[in-house]
Amino acid sequence: MNYHWNWGIFFETSPDGVHTYLQTLLLGTGWTLATAILAWCMALTLGALVGVIRTTPHPWLVRLGDAYVELFRNIPLLVQMFLWYFVLPEVLPVALGDWLKQLPDASFYTAVVSLGFYTSARVAEQVRAGILSLARGQRFAGLALGLTLPQTYANVLLPMAFRIILPPLTSEFLNVIKNSAVALTIGLMELTARARAMQEFSFQTFEAFTAATVIYILINIAVTFGMRLLERRTAVPGFIGTAPQPAATH
Amino acid sequence: MFSNFDFDVILRSLPYLFVDGMSFTLLLTAFAATGGIFFGTLLALMRLSGLPPLSLPAAGYVNLMRSVPLVLMIFWFYFLVPYIGQWITGAPRPIQVGAFVSSLVTFTLFEAAYYCEIMRAGIQSIPRGQVAAAQALGMNYVQTMGYIVLPQALRNMLPVLLTQTIILFQDTSLVYVLSITDFLGAASKVAQRDGRLVEMYLFAAVVYFIISFGASRLVRHLQSRIAIVR
Repeated sequence: MNYHWNWGIFFETSPDGVHTYLQTLLLGTGWTLATAILAWCMALTLGALVGVIRTTPHPWLVRLGDAYVELFRNIPLLVQMFLWYFVLPEVLPVALGDWLKQLPDASFYTAVVSLGFYTSARVAEQVRAGILSLARGQRFAGLALGLTLPQTYANVLLPMAFRIILPPLTSEFLNVIKNSAVALTIGLMELTARARAMQEFSFQTFEAFTAATVIYILINIAVTFGMRLLERRTAVPGFIGTAPQPAATH
Repeated sequence: MFSNFDFDVILRSLPYLFVDGMSFTLLLTAFAATGGIFFGTLLALMRLSGLPPLSLPAAGYVNLMRSVPLVLMIFWFYFLVPYIGQWITGAPRPIQVGAFVSSLVTFTLFEAAYYCEIMRAGIQSIPRGQVAAAQALGMNYVQTMGYIVLPQALRNMLPVLLTQTIILFQDTSLVYVLSITDFLGAASKVAQRDGRLVEMYLFAAVVYFIISFGASRLVRHLQSRIAIVR
């Protein structure tokens, strides 16, 4: 292979004149994590809400939840990002659209919102599956004790359902981190974008991509480890509490 | 909102969108799914072989592919494939491959890791007694897998494999980062040429939605048809 390796490249100054290439990659890692964590908070909230809605005894609520999930699951994430980034400001009233376009860090907010909605549909699927995996007697028992339906969900069904779906939720969280790389198409300078920029300026293609790959793997290991701890801490004695793991997606 | 919505730009670009763009997307999906399922099954057999020299590299490969964003892998392979080609053919310099070959290699190798996990679950869903029975009948490993285990594993996992293929279909849109003219790439090129971002991206979203939604409905129907009653 006639490729010229140069691992010292990471300590050379990048074209911005201030940071070394290594520092630019770490800055990118920061953006990746910030995007992923904010989008994850949004996805968990919305996903839990929609997931619950889809298990309520109200047919029209169920249908609304189903439509939500189908809408966000059947359009590629990249297209959804383009819709939020390029199309939304155009179809809004002119003043609002202009304000959106001039927002500093617009690509960051757009990435969070589109990743959040996209992931919420997948979380909703998991939450629904978790609730449906509980014995229906639990719901009846809650209602028979005089709890209202919201109370039954909050105190009986959801605490158990969330424990059951912790392993698939871990994969979803890992997916959010990986999917945040799609945001480079709307100009977010996250980790993959930084590696790509480093490749373009320094021509040290494989060093740049190796570094990004290693950082992603380290993040993966850290998250997996943390979630294992959480699983152990929240385990209810007497329950095995593992749902069948659905095929991972990305 | 739709007062200056230009339907005509969609109509005018339909041939380009579908003949150039969608055919690339569908061909890439079909070939990458076939190759991915083939290599994924091989990887699954390696992981389940119980032989560390086979199972460890397979597990490492699958875990590596599953912890890295697809976009990064697309970049990796875009620059790596010419060198791999050089290495295989022994040519004096890196071999220039076209956009289609490069993305085909990427998606096949990337999706193989995901198909592997599905096939592994499928193989493990077959009762051990069947393997024992095949061996008692005098079948060797290849016969046991080829005649007994894999056909059932494939059948059990068909809905999941197809669902993964729908995800693959959506993921092919990411070749956008290499400026390749797949369906989204074609839509994006027209959008930028004519300044019609709203129309083209909305139309692309609708087309992706119809295909993915229709396909997932078909999968659900198939699932109820092929389920084995036990």
